[in-house]
Amino acid sequence: MFIRTLSSINRFSLLSILRTHSTTSNTTHFGFDEVPENEKQTRVNEVFSSVADSYDLMNDIMSFGIHRIWKDHFIRIVRPDPQWNYIDVAGGTGDIAFRYLKELDRYYPSAASSIPLSESPITPTHTYIADSLEQTRIRPTSKCVVADINPNMLAVGKQRSIDNNLHNRIQWIETNAEELPFEDEQFDVYTIAFGIRNCTHIDRVVSEAYRVLKKGGRFLCLEFSQVNNTLLRYFYDQYSKTFIPPMGQIIANDWKSYQYLIESIRVFPKQKEFAELIRSCNFRYVNFENLSFGVSTIHSGYKL
Amino acid sequence: MDRLYGTHKPTGLVQKSILAVGSGIMSIADPSRDDMISIFGETTGGLALKYMQEKMVIDPEGDRILKERPIINSKTVDLEYLKTLPIGTLGKTYSNFLGKYNLTPDARRPVSFIDDSELAYIMRRYREIHDLTHVTLGMPINMLGEVTVKWFEGIQYGLPMCVLGAFFGPLRLGPKHTAKYLHLTLPWIVRTARQSRSFMNVYFEKHWHKSLNEFRRELNILEPPPKI
Repeated sequence: MFIRTLSSINRFSLLSILRTHSTTSNTTHFGFDEVPENEKQTRVNEVFSSVADSYDLMNDIMSFGIHRIWKDHFIRIVRPDPQWNYIDVAGGTGDIAFRYLKELDRYYPSAASSIPLSESPITPTHTYIADSLEQTRIRPTSKCVVADINPNMLAVGKQRSIDNNLHNRIQWIETNAEELPFEDEQFDVYTIAFGIRNCTHIDRVVSEAYRVLKKGGRFLCLEFSQVNNTLLRYFYDQYSKTFIPPMGQIIANDWKSYQYLIESIRVFPKQKEFAELIRSCNFRYVNFENLSFGVSTIHSGYKL
Repeated sequence: MDRLYGTHKPTGLVQKSILAVGSGIMSIADPSRDDMISIFGETTGGLALKYMQEKMVIDPEGDRILKERPIINSKTVDLEYLKTLPIGTLGKTYSNFLGKYNLTPDARRPVSFIDDSELAYIMRRYREIHDLTHVTLGMPINMLGEVTVKWFEGIQYGLPMCVLGAFFGPLRLGPKHTAKYLHLTLPWIVRTARQSRSFMNVYFEKHWHKSLNEFRRELNILEPPPKI
């Protein structure tokens, strides 16, 4: 605390503290600073960008970088096709969606710019009350949709897509995975990576996936799962409990989230149970593939 | 290990070591991370806290603090009442201090990594009286003032975080302050810290109405050096 007060309270910022009580027009507050209004959103985005960066760093440190291999392998299993309508749910900062588009470009280079995003969707100002939920549903405006419940993560993802030059090929949408705003049967592939365990009702998420998938569409889920080998499981548990929350505190200033992470992994259904759950939502040919001895698992099912 | 108090996060030895080393590095690498500084204090302060506990138990006022466990935050301290006190009293000076630097008594991080309920309270009390220490010693919030208070706390309590801050903080002082620090402030604060009563034994909340000069005399605090 005292070092922050030291660095922030010097002569000049004392004056600016006095001045914050009278902002001129077109300026607003960002903490103790007075900034032009259009700058505030940029600053807010920077805060969340650095939060997202520290979470990315934690991902690398926790998994020793292996999470990248899992995600690359996941996309290879998906095998993108340029004609597909694709949705990545809980996609947050766009890790999976960017890999999807890059993999698509590798195999179908000419298709790279041929499917442009339609004109930026005008959010309709509803001046009527819809008779039913179905009436409020929309269609995707892009071949690649990223959905997430957290607007800050979406904002970070949008910025990253601009940096990656993939901006005009992705539709970003803020929504709850248990109630997607899309009409039935809109997508050929639905992916959710490291997101489903955070959802309150996993079965509703899978049912929603079934609803928005076309006939013949595929559901794919990459998620942490149970390590079946007893000896490995012991070391994995020790490693998780001892290292992950303290590292989360040091790097991301967030002990609680990482404590929650290691607990939620163990509470999530095992591979076979989750496969049964997916089958119970009417998916067929459901199977799973363990990665890294079951630390992560890819589950897949088809709507037929 | 069970949770012994509200904000307790039980940790093993390996975890404490990771936190101690990691927070030590991060405190220097990124000084804006105040949570790293407080965690460093908690993970390295075990021995010092026990020493502080001994000193508190043998002093009647300190023992009373340990039994009653008073807390200083905006709910327990009537800031409006403090404003009404006469100028020159502890309470009024503290209220002015908070107002001048736009501080609130709620800004202290909760203690999480100390595995003993009483020691955790002592750490919490240490953090909460930091601003009152500033006021009683007459030190401002600039670098020199903070370093001075860290010297005081380091000598009186022995917390490694204070001692390190006291040693390395002055490296960042400008030439004018360094001169003042070496010739006036440092000798004064070392003498004061060794002679005066331990501030952990002072039930500040019972002394709001006292005149600051009388309060300092009671605690055996020497006259501070003149401001530049």
